[in-house]
Amino acid sequence: MNSIETDKGSSLWKDAWIKLSKNRLALVGLGLLVILIVTSLLTPLIAPYGYEAQNLDMGATAPSLQHWLGTDIFGRDMLTRIMYGGRVSLMVGFIATAVALVIGILWGATAGFFGGRLDAIMMRIVDVLYALPFMIFIILLMVVFGRNILLLFFAIGAVEWLTMARIVRSQVMALRNQEFVEAASSLGLSQWTIIRRHIIPNTLGPVIVYTTLTIPSVMLLEAFLSFLGLGIQPPQSSWGLLINYGVETMEEYPWLLIFPGLALSLTLFALNFLGDGLRDALDPRTSKD
Amino acid sequence: MAILEVDGLKVYFHTRNGVVKAVDDVSFSVDSGETLAIVGESGSGKSVTCYSLLDLLPKPPAKIEGGTALFNGKDLLTCTADEMRHHRCNDIAVIFQDPMTSLNPFLTIGEQLIEPLIYHPDKSKIETRSRAKEKAVKLLDEVGIIDPHTRFNCYPHEFSGGMRQRVMIAMALITEPKLLICDEPTTALDVTIQAQILELIKKLQETRNVAVIFISHDLGVVAGIADKIIVMCEGTIRETGDTDAVFYHSSNDYTKKLLDAIPEGAKVLPNRVTSNEPLVEVSNLKTFFKNESGKNDDDRYIKAVNNVSLTIPRGEILGLVGESGSGKSTLGRSILQLAPTTQGSVKFEGKTLTGLSSSELFPWRRKMQMIFQDPYASLNPRMTVFETLSEPLLYHKLATKKTIASQIKQLMDDVGLSQGQLKKYPHEFSGGQRQRIAIGRAIATKPEFIIADEPVSALDVTIQAQILDLILDLVERHNLTMMFISHDLSVVRYICDRVVIMQHGVVVEEGDTEMLWANPQQLYTKDLLAAIPLADPISERSRIAEA
Amino acid sequence: MYRFALGRLAQAIPVLLIVITVTFFLIHSAPGGPFSADKAVPPEVIKALEEQYNLNQPIWQQYLSYLGDVIQGDFGPSFKYSGRNVNELIAAGLPITAELAFYAMLVALSVGIFAGVGAAMRPNTAQDYIPMTGAMIGICMPSFLLGPLLVLVFGIYLDWLPVSGWGDIPGDKILPSITLGTGYAAYIARLSRGGMLEVLSQDYIRTARAKGLREPIIIIKHALRGGLIPVVAFLGPAFAGLLSGSFVVETIFQIPGLGRFYVQAAFNRDYTLILGMTIFLSTLIILFNLLSDMLAIWLNPKLRQEIKGAN
Repeated sequence: MNSIETDKGSSLWKDAWIKLSKNRLALVGLGLLVILIVTSLLTPLIAPYGYEAQNLDMGATAPSLQHWLGTDIFGRDMLTRIMYGGRVSLMVGFIATAVALVIGILWGATAGFFGGRLDAIMMRIVDVLYALPFMIFIILLMVVFGRNILLLFFAIGAVEWLTMARIVRSQVMALRNQEFVEAASSLGLSQWTIIRRHIIPNTLGPVIVYTTLTIPSVMLLEAFLSFLGLGIQPPQSSWGLLINYGVETMEEYPWLLIFPGLALSLTLFALNFLGDGLRDALDPRTSKD
Repeated sequence: MAILEVDGLKVYFHTRNGVVKAVDDVSFSVDSGETLAIVGESGSGKSVTCYSLLDLLPKPPAKIEGGTALFNGKDLLTCTADEMRHHRCNDIAVIFQDPMTSLNPFLTIGEQLIEPLIYHPDKSKIETRSRAKEKAVKLLDEVGIIDPHTRFNCYPHEFSGGMRQRVMIAMALITEPKLLICDEPTTALDVTIQAQILELIKKLQETRNVAVIFISHDLGVVAGIADKIIVMCEGTIRETGDTDAVFYHSSNDYTKKLLDAIPEGAKVLPNRVTSNEPLVEVSNLKTFFKNESGKNDDDRYIKAVNNVSLTIPRGEILGLVGESGSGKSTLGRSILQLAPTTQGSVKFEGKTLTGLSSSELFPWRRKMQMIFQDPYASLNPRMTVFETLSEPLLYHKLATKKTIASQIKQLMDDVGLSQGQLKKYPHEFSGGQRQRIAIGRAIATKPEFIIADEPVSALDVTIQAQILDLILDLVERHNLTMMFISHDLSVVRYICDRVVIMQHGVVVEEGDTEMLWANPQQLYTKDLLAAIPLADPISERSRIAEA
Repeated sequence: MYRFALGRLAQAIPVLLIVITVTFFLIHSAPGGPFSADKAVPPEVIKALEEQYNLNQPIWQQYLSYLGDVIQGDFGPSFKYSGRNVNELIAAGLPITAELAFYAMLVALSVGIFAGVGAAMRPNTAQDYIPMTGAMIGICMPSFLLGPLLVLVFGIYLDWLPVSGWGDIPGDKILPSITLGTGYAAYIARLSRGGMLEVLSQDYIRTARAKGLREPIIIIKHALRGGLIPVVAFLGPAFAGLLSGSFVVETIFQIPGLGRFYVQAAFNRDYTLILGMTIFLSTLIILFNLLSDMLAIWLNPKLRQEIKGAN
């Protein structure tokens, strides 16, 4: 069978990638993120000192050649502590976002696609939950059930899924009324096939953007709780906890505050710029050239 | 005596793709009291030309590269911002295409009407609010708004489309300009409303002796009101001349192409088989939608389709005509079981389809298909042409992975697209090409019945002609039965054997096309037919004079 | 319009009920709480608690009697501050936190809207890039980082501003308000820029220009109303966020407001205080959400009329 000579088409994903690669800030963000993830995964192998290694004689010292980011009051290497802290912070970020993603997409897609009473009920629940002061509830949960890291993931994810559900729902509803979905109906495609082949691929754009922007939001929430002493507990540490310690001694040892703070801020920067870049790249209105 | 003289105007857009020469060396003039029509398809530069006169273009990426535009001797293109504001307030006014988006939804129309008067840059002409309101109310009355005193405090969303456009006209005329630019003012309106607005503009022009520049893509619309016509294409002027000269004696190829593309008269297909056997039978069909904001019992439901009965014999092309809100699209969707019907039945080949479950309906799906209006929205942007066309065939098991390639090849030939385009995505095609793909998808399963819902309304008039011919060709070749939904009566006359006219969800009149045209019975039908703008200046002028 | 407000208020009551119920039962299921045997509490408090909460009765009856108390506005005695009432503590901390939230919101709205609208008027120029980069920094630098840094720079190194207390030394309200408000200013700047850009590309702005109106009038009278809609929608969540944010800011700057009490209560396991404050704060947030929803509707003429018509 002879093959047809065809021009290669340029899909919307390819166009989006081209647009993204021209956005320098977004690329920097992406690069930073990749470095962070790799470092976090490899931390046990590449950290310069042991996590627990104390050197009480040395105490807190300013950055030097042996300790690039200085040491804390127990003589522990700050670079190591920040690396381990980053692992925890990133892990919370990703896992909690994943929780929010799964619940949000399922909820929003169902409500958006089936519409009618089901939609009305489901979104009513979302509206009610949205009005609740979640920060307060998380603190309550932490107080009551102890500071279980698993619970932390769940609690944070349970807050963020609401907005994801709303975004997915509005996107699905907009798509449901598009003529190409009607065309699929008129062909007799089953609802599941329509969802799988026509709705989901066209929903991915906003979902990706929002996910990338949820991760920093979640990390901020965790850092906030840890700063108050209500999140991650020692011996584990996260950046929020490190910042807490840093504030206590910031007058004499400012580097204990500045470096973890910098780490957190840069990560948030990277994710936000990447998210913004993705939003612009996936927006069909901006041209790729 | 020329009030506006444009000479050598060049407006280029500097995009990341390169330079787009939107307007390239355009020259024309307008005398006071005269109506100049600028006609062209999309991308011709007609709107850009006029917006550049008032500095309404987004400055990057647009740039005025050269030329002059003298308004009473003063060059509009090189004046200062203050002078430009003076021109906008005193001399030139604009009526835009879409009155819904061109009016601020957060302010009352009254407030928007008096703004040019109370904020006038010329100190001597500033009015107080009460005086401005008096003027505005008088003007609202003049343009035909009933009860202008009360309506003055209403918001744009409280008006219908035609009324909103009248408000826009009032807003443009309140400062008594000498030149009125109308940018496709009737394109978004129903055909009967369009006729009214055209008459209004003509009347106002005569009473106030303003010059008018009327932009349109439709030669028929300007036939009755224009003194002079400019035909533009791709940024350049192809022809200039008096209306009669352009319509009756043009020697320019492009103009002739535009005139030819306007569907005229009836077209008779030689080889079509029409039989008496009904393919589609609609009986007492009702499709009601729950009205969210209805207050009393009457308003509880929106009666989109209200007790409609019709039959379509095999081989016929039936036209379904109506203005917006008539229910024609809902009827089409109801027949195809895409909209939930409330009462009544739809039978296809004798089998009742209403009330069947989706699995029971499945075998019938491939026999009836739909072509949609918007070529941009009717194709999945993330599927290639190949995937879009193969989906119906594979899903209905009409082809296997092995045979699909040759079947797709045949389809592409049928709709006039080249094979090399198969792996491309919808956004890489033009509107006309996308519609061809959509048509290909509709005929892929070799259906017997196709509903075409305004398939050419979103296309340029020259492309429109090509697609109409394609549709006629396919109907003939594949022996299709078709329901052609449109608001455009000339197109319907060109294609359809019989016509059904709908208004407010009810069938007003039906009959053989030519008989209906020659002898319409109902008042609504007569109004509809009378409102069609013909590309015939002499008859249009007399029609407007009678109105 | 009033009937609509009452209707929404009525809808808020079940939400409040859920909050009270969930919180109550959560507290009661806490291991090692006061409602199980705990030694380190003075006998007067135990006696007061037993009277208040009828600890000998089945839990449902305890719940109902607590509910009754709450409806009358009585949150009971504090668990840790013997002799003091939750109501008193809330009344002591509320004015301070309210003032802090007010100033922070003032900072957030004024700086945010100004920066965002300015950026939208000259997109892709310095007037756009500089404030928006600042906004990004504001979003990525949480209050518990910004606060200490400001304290370090302005309080300790430069010694220009006081770093603790509220209302004791003149100028001690500046740093906390800025710390709390900055993150929100940043978010509001982005929202207003986005909203304004969207509106400025609308046809009706072009119409306003074609009528010869001056730029300031076009921006203020025509564009602002539509452009600030995202900001109005954000007011409800912003308020909730400010309340939670006050926890951190009051801790850092040693401000005796509700936030600090709440955090201390969480640490001290002062269950009655947590219970009472959670309910109180939730009520405030729900009320504020309601207000901002109504503001959003009132600003949109079409919605406004639909509401009036439905009555």
